[in-house]
Amino acid sequence: MNEKPELQATLPEIEIERYELNAPPQYRFELQRRDFFKALGAGLLVACVLKDAFAFQESGGGRRRRFMGEQLPRQISAWLYIGENGTVTGYTGKVEIGQNIRTSLSQAIAEELRFPIGRIDLVMGDTKLTPFDMGTFGSRTTPTMNLRLRRVAAAAREALVAMAAKQWNANAQKLVAAEGKITDPSTKRTVEYAELVKGQQLTALIPEEDPLEPAAEWTVEGTAIPKINGRDFVTGKHKYPADQKLAGTLIGKVLRPPSFGATLVSVSAADASAMPGVVFVHDGDFVGVAAPSELEATRALKSIRAQWKEQTGQPTSENVYEYIKTHPAQVGGDLGERRSDFELGSMESGMSAADHRLSQTYTVAYIAHTPLEPRAALAQWSGDDLTVWTGTQRPFGVREQLMQTFHLPEEKVRVLMPDMGSGYGGKHTGECAIEAARLARAAKRPVKLIWTREEEFTWAYFRPVGVMEVSAGVRNDGTITAWEFHNYNSGESAIRTFYDIANQRIAFHPTEYPLRQGSYRALAATANHFARESFMDELAHEVKMDPLEFRMKNLKDERLRAVFAAASKKFGWGGTKKPGHGFGMGGGFEKGGNVATCAEVAVDRASGEVRVMRVVVAFECGAIVNPDGLRNQIIGGNIMGLGGALFEAIQFANGKILNPRFAQYRVPRFSDIPQMEAVLIDRKDIPSAGAGEAPLMGVAPAIGNAIFDATGVRLRAMPLVPNGLKTS
Amino acid sequence: MANAIKLHINGKVYSVEADPQASLLFVLRDQLDLTGSKYGCGEGQCGACTVLIDGNPRHSCITRVGSVGTKKITTIEGLERDGQLHPVQEAFLEEGAMQCAYCTSGMIVTATALLKANPHPTAEQVAEYMQGNICRCGTQPRIVAAVLRAAAAMHGQAEEGVRS
Repeated sequence: MNEKPELQATLPEIEIERYELNAPPQYRFELQRRDFFKALGAGLLVACVLKDAFAFQESGGGRRRRFMGEQLPRQISAWLYIGENGTVTGYTGKVEIGQNIRTSLSQAIAEELRFPIGRIDLVMGDTKLTPFDMGTFGSRTTPTMNLRLRRVAAAAREALVAMAAKQWNANAQKLVAAEGKITDPSTKRTVEYAELVKGQQLTALIPEEDPLEPAAEWTVEGTAIPKINGRDFVTGKHKYPADQKLAGTLIGKVLRPPSFGATLVSVSAADASAMPGVVFVHDGDFVGVAAPSELEATRALKSIRAQWKEQTGQPTSENVYEYIKTHPAQVGGDLGERRSDFELGSMESGMSAADHRLSQTYTVAYIAHTPLEPRAALAQWSGDDLTVWTGTQRPFGVREQLMQTFHLPEEKVRVLMPDMGSGYGGKHTGECAIEAARLARAAKRPVKLIWTREEEFTWAYFRPVGVMEVSAGVRNDGTITAWEFHNYNSGESAIRTFYDIANQRIAFHPTEYPLRQGSYRALAATANHFARESFMDELAHEVKMDPLEFRMKNLKDERLRAVFAAASKKFGWGGTKKPGHGFGMGGGFEKGGNVATCAEVAVDRASGEVRVMRVVVAFECGAIVNPDGLRNQIIGGNIMGLGGALFEAIQFANGKILNPRFAQYRVPRFSDIPQMEAVLIDRKDIPSAGAGEAPLMGVAPAIGNAIFDATGVRLRAMPLVPNGLKTS
Repeated sequence: MANAIKLHINGKVYSVEADPQASLLFVLRDQLDLTGSKYGCGEGQCGACTVLIDGNPRHSCITRVGSVGTKKITTIEGLERDGQLHPVQEAFLEEGAMQCAYCTSGMIVTATALLKANPHPTAEQVAEYMQGNICRCGTQPRIVAAVLRAAAAMHGQAEEGVRS
């Protein structure tokens, strides 16, 4: 028997994207217990402590231990406070970026605490108040934080029940907790949680464990709770990072180099400095202004005369693929050890056992996240204390960057992250926060900086460019006998095939690269699935098999088979097509999510116009926490993926971005949206995984395969049809 | 140079010190704290800054504040009346037609203008009218559904109004 890679069984720790910018795990918890109660009033505090740390805090056995010391441990991952005023507040370092976790995490608390969801407040991503968190990325919130908050809430409920039992001299087992009250059914006595904690200063710690609690019994989780603060968004009341303001706030602007790698030779700001109310800052390569209004700041910036020395001969969007193939990363470079390289059986014997052998190369372009809210920050200094409100997926990471930049200790820097206008993996870094803080320090007033769209397109980072080379051998009966896969630069997530193939060689090749690159929603998984699932379609045609049948022949994983079956059934795979129309599919597994996407395209051969008519996505990520939020993520992810599949691409030359505007960089708009349908598979027997990323992976290969089905033209570069389908 | 400019916004008259060349969007946001209108691109390409000027949808980012005169400006903050949401706002909530919701203000304001011009649009007409509004989270199908739902709700209300 061959040792087959059973991916879903053998990858317990979901791999963080290579480009997620790992922060060092510095667990901090600054509040003294007495300070905490002084700040928030009497009540019950329950905290979830990381497993390893627990031994240092307490001795003795038992699952639940009371911690009555004056200082709370530093290794807390989430906590919950029940106040005597009837409020419940949860604290988490995760942040809301449109993925709807403010709602889904509140559901977790409501479920286990038995408390009305409308009265739960969630404090998120405030480095002073919430426990350390590495960041909101990698689809990790649902599998980790949801579970932790459930456990914290369950512990709080048990503590409250115990308090009521003691007060009534009753058997705790017989008491019922519901709707924020505890009731003794035998005596009909009832008490509100708030009443129980009145005047108390109680702390309970629970160790972090990962028991699987039965999703089948959920009443709040698993239901389609609407976005809990939705009204604040439809009325315009919600204050995003870009909307924050303090008295006396100045507007900041930063002078950007004319191209990447340019160095400042000289700068003259006589005009800007003469403008009333304008603060000019020149510090090393940093040049910026702060002024009372947007217009004055813009005028001051324009008046600055600067000379730059530019770098020549930089790669272009046309030759970048050749560039990365010929520029391997230096050994011992910043990308570290390759974790994904994998060999199974013998490629040579697998290839010789095949009836057909095929090799192809696929590419993905640099693309921009371009969240509708650009990077924004409001910075305020009070003496040496720095407070920054900013849009980021890593408030603690940004705090670290601010500490390093301004040489400040941790207690001097506070970063707050108001629910923001999204990120898609594009807001892991703190450059805007640093710039606003630098300007504010010079101005001695609060400074707000909102990056322009052009800055966001140019000075943020991009989803990496990539080249994927695939070779395989297949027998006439459709059995794949050998599989070789190489990825250059774009990343190793989901690089391994989930098809059952006896002989494999898989390798990731870090390279040098010309543009600043970083995380992106399902970045490498999208590239690797595009190559794998396009190539599977090519192999199916090589052996003249239906692409669905061909996949199923080589696929044992039940969860993946289920999504392919569900998507193709709903889609009507194998049904009749209009002339000029084509069907295609693509799917896979990543970060605990299984996806299969079927697409129908219509191609006008005369004009070259390609329209995606219909997309059906089947998705399964374990027990569904909120089917309504999940549908939004699945459909939204596919629409976002459709942009990268069809037309999104950053054009660049000589260190300049050539299309840094929405007028020049095409993103999906209403007219591009096909008829969309999501099929949800709810596996209550499997722990919930995240759904922010995996849904994107199938759409690009599905569209590419559908274009081939319609026209016989095989496209192997993402974006597939930036200028329509050229067939001449 | 800054002048005293009077602006008619959401049924109130505001006086601001502003350069007539200044962008209406930043005057609304930075001087009047009406931050519901969003900056998304600064070139009238994304629709996040959309306001109504005399009932017509306009990109406030590329509208100079000095050009507005006495025309009536309606921002997202002006749609709710006496604690009662506009039917388009209600419909967005009912359809869950938002994710990060940064585009939502512009979407709702644009949709109210559409429904005034065309009370019974088809899904295709909604898509066509909203083409200038970008949603990066990919919520477009629900936004179309919300506008159609609002159209139906407003139609119902109008008929009730006739009856009463």
